[in-house]
Amino acid sequence: MTTTPEPKLLDVRDLKVEFRTRDGIAKAVNGVTYQVAAGQTLAVLGESGSGKSVTAQAVMGILDTPPGFVTGGEIFFQGRDLLTLGREERRKVRGAKMAMIFQDALSSLNPVLSVGAQLGEMYQVHRGLSRKAARGKAVELMERVGIPAAAARVGDFPHQFSGGMRQRIMIAMALALEPELIIADEPTTALDVTVQAQVMDLLAQLQREFHMGLILITHDLGVVADVADTIAVMYAGRIVETAPVHQLYRAPAHPYTRGLLDSIPRLDQKGRTLYAIKGLPPNLTAIPPGCPFNPRCPLAQDVCRTDLPPLYEAGPGRASACHFWKETLGGAR
Amino acid sequence: MPDHVPDEAITHGDGGAAALAIGAAESLERTPGTGPGGAPTGRARSLWRDAWHDLRRNPVFVVSALIILFLVVIAIRPQLIADGNPYRADLAKAQAGPEPGHPFGFDTQGRDVYTRVVYGARASITVGVCATAGVALLGSLLGGLAGFFGGWWDTLLSRLADIFFGIPVILGGLVFLSVVTSSTVWPVIGFIVLLGWPQIARIARGAVFTAKQNDYVQAARALGAGNGRMLLRHIAPNAVAPVIVVATIALGTYISLEATLSYLGAGLKPPTVSWGIDISAASTSIRNAPHMLLWPAGALSVTVLAFIMLGDAVRDALDPKLR
Amino acid sequence: MEPDEQETGSGGGPAPRVAAAGVRTRAARGEAILEIRDLAKHFPLHRGVVFQRQVGAVKAVDGVSFDLYKGETLGIVGESGCGKSTVAKLLVGLERPTAGQIRYQGEDIIKLSGRALKAVRRNIQMVFQDPYTSLNPRMTVGDIIGEPYEIHPEVAPKGSRRQKVRELLDVVGLNPEYINRYPHQFSGGQRQRIGIARGLALRPEIIVADEPVSALDVSVQAQVINLLERLQDEFDLSYVFIAHDLSVVRHISDRVAVMYLGRLAETGTDEQIYEHPTHPYTQALLSAVPVPDPAARERRGRILLAGDVPSPADPPSGCRFRTRCWKAQDVCAEVVPPLDVPEWFVGAGPAGHPSACHFAEERSDAQE
Repeated sequence: MTTTPEPKLLDVRDLKVEFRTRDGIAKAVNGVTYQVAAGQTLAVLGESGSGKSVTAQAVMGILDTPPGFVTGGEIFFQGRDLLTLGREERRKVRGAKMAMIFQDALSSLNPVLSVGAQLGEMYQVHRGLSRKAARGKAVELMERVGIPAAAARVGDFPHQFSGGMRQRIMIAMALALEPELIIADEPTTALDVTVQAQVMDLLAQLQREFHMGLILITHDLGVVADVADTIAVMYAGRIVETAPVHQLYRAPAHPYTRGLLDSIPRLDQKGRTLYAIKGLPPNLTAIPPGCPFNPRCPLAQDVCRTDLPPLYEAGPGRASACHFWKETLGGAR
Repeated sequence: MPDHVPDEAITHGDGGAAALAIGAAESLERTPGTGPGGAPTGRARSLWRDAWHDLRRNPVFVVSALIILFLVVIAIRPQLIADGNPYRADLAKAQAGPEPGHPFGFDTQGRDVYTRVVYGARASITVGVCATAGVALLGSLLGGLAGFFGGWWDTLLSRLADIFFGIPVILGGLVFLSVVTSSTVWPVIGFIVLLGWPQIARIARGAVFTAKQNDYVQAARALGAGNGRMLLRHIAPNAVAPVIVVATIALGTYISLEATLSYLGAGLKPPTVSWGIDISAASTSIRNAPHMLLWPAGALSVTVLAFIMLGDAVRDALDPKLR
Repeated sequence: MEPDEQETGSGGGPAPRVAAAGVRTRAARGEAILEIRDLAKHFPLHRGVVFQRQVGAVKAVDGVSFDLYKGETLGIVGESGCGKSTVAKLLVGLERPTAGQIRYQGEDIIKLSGRALKAVRRNIQMVFQDPYTSLNPRMTVGDIIGEPYEIHPEVAPKGSRRQKVRELLDVVGLNPEYINRYPHQFSGGQRQRIGIARGLALRPEIIVADEPVSALDVSVQAQVINLLERLQDEFDLSYVFIAHDLSVVRHISDRVAVMYLGRLAETGTDEQIYEHPTHPYTQALLSAVPVPDPAARERRGRILLAGDVPSPADPPSGCRFRTRCWKAQDVCAEVVPPLDVPEWFVGAGPAGHPSACHFAEERSDAQE
């Protein structure tokens, strides 16, 4: 855990994103604030539709516009607000300073180019290396991410690699230019457990080595517990709770987090009936007034239906967007 | 009765509107490929209703549909807008220009061009509609079966389709139709169906093959459903869209093919009134009586264009990703 | 079933008596309603366009035997490509096996055809993984759930079907008024309930569920798991529950079979498999599962497997796991380990359960 007051690498403030669709305006991100320091791992946890991926895309500057629009907030990266940069300057930051790893490695790699060519391209374009030197670099990278017989396989095409190996190649690509920040969007969701463990280990190890900031976007409470320093739980486009990883699992301060933790079957515990959060996540074109979680919340009172709870400070390094965070922390259900 | 444990609360209370909208919200992050907020949030929602919703607002569709509606009406009852007789010849007026009551002028044999253009719609529309219907039926039947059963049946059919694809259309038409003496539209329609089916068969085969992979087809099979039920209830409704799109566009090209063959003397033959025949007749006197060419050719172009535009609009509505 | 005695040797014998000791099943152990023996499915690989010739076969399932008892849940876990989904398809008749038997109440259903087969099929239904593709988008919920009655008209007379569909909707926790809606009007969890209702329509005895919750969000997963458990009690169902998520399988299963590359590696009660695994693959698999407890990350010894799963078109000789196994010896390449209780574990408490490993042993906690 990093508690040193380092200057933040990434500082997202009150970010708002909406999608203008045929069915109306979907408010995907509604004022998200988070920070990541160098060498730190922030896990953004949420279910589908929570806005966790959209936030990351806005940070990376790869939001599809239209239909997606950033409608408010600031994204400071190394002190500069990315949203004020020009298109060309923004592009230079992307890839060189911050890189992204996607869930589906197969569709993220170009099927008609060898992996060596794709890895080498990064060096040819950004560093002006010759084709031959770039290929050498590609082999080096592949070795780095643990691809056996890298020199022999550098000319292979993406489909010739297994899922785990492809995700390693994606990681190699993200690392190529030694970025300061890596955003990994469900990097292991498509992988089998045994391979997932390998890939997460690799990612954690490389992060330590390069002292990078890492944003890990996932829906898997297990993966988060393994690698994160801090966790931000998202619901309906908002952060509902942030906390250092140990504290969040020991005593969640938001009823949604508590519900999630209670609703997953655990390998180390066998109970009869799982706790189930009632109802469904809200429709983003019509988020309920007050606290967006109130229709599903066992603690909801009148105030929850009218007043949107701010992020209350709930102890050192912790925050909870619940009117009753104290009660939740105390174990009320 | 089951005890309704907390999780059941979802559905009994909070109504369908919420559930309806959730589909849209979920697809924000779930639809692979399109990524978050990929604009068409409800690709899976009722295809036809969505398509109709789109089409009504598409001016290209509205204009082309109105033109086609008009053409179909006059093809059925040309008397509605032309009270003359397309065969009545007045040699005194041969190649004469427009005059009151005869806005398009007269042809070489002194027949009223306006009346002939109006009556010519019937041949074109008949050929277009019947040929398309035949092609669509034969093509989707053969292609659909090939896609569904696969194996040697598929191999055989695909090779056969290749062979028919290889036949040059105009040359084939000249050879095939020159031996036919009938002056009706049926030989032309038959010829177009014969050469046209592979195009639809390929589309249908692919669509059926894709639909066949869907879990709901597997689910029906696991229930013990027979081939007929699977094809008719589960596969056909989900594979028909691309066939309709291609057939609509093909309709326009069949009309122009008929005109081309008629122009070359191999298609329709007098006394059938056809734009192609009239264009052919007019081509010899294009210098001194351009109106003879202009009007049937214009009518032909507008008709073909209308069908192709309609097909485009339908495709955009049915499959936004093809755009 | 007669008392437990071990059949040694591999191949065609009866399935090993799974879970002899320490049985803790939900239903009292009744008779086996489904007996699977040496089930195999090989998908031929062809080359050539017009003149095809077979150049090999993908051995998706290659000699799998197990029993399913009345009222129990048998979990089958394994990674992608291990053949677990093919097993599901074989059980419900979506694929024809290359070899082996599927005995339902003592009768080999593979040999059946026509009306007899249809009658048996009725009793084995399936729930699919993807709630988005397993429902026909052009049919209403009522038509989807009512379709089983059209295919098996003898189950319900025409006039009563609508009412039956309404009841089914209610049973799975959906509002019966939704009968005329289309699938796209529902969320993923609700769609999965519709799929479950369709599976229940014919009042089957056995439900084969292939990854029924893996496409759902965490909070919805719990709802569907609870529903499946409630329905099992209510209708006395037997489940074959196939999943890659070991935590979910442990939660719902009475007995568990671990599959690797077309074969079963280890079978036993959930306690035997999860607390006392003796097959190295099971041990590695379990150690890799992320536990949602950060305090646990320091104390657990994780086994990181090297390499990838070999291709099922060309599986390793002998033990299939040997290419990734840290215990592998020469014998592993030569002799196929039978799925039996290892001799040295016979009568040895929870470790005494079938494990297809020449060097089966419990993992000591100190071991890394």
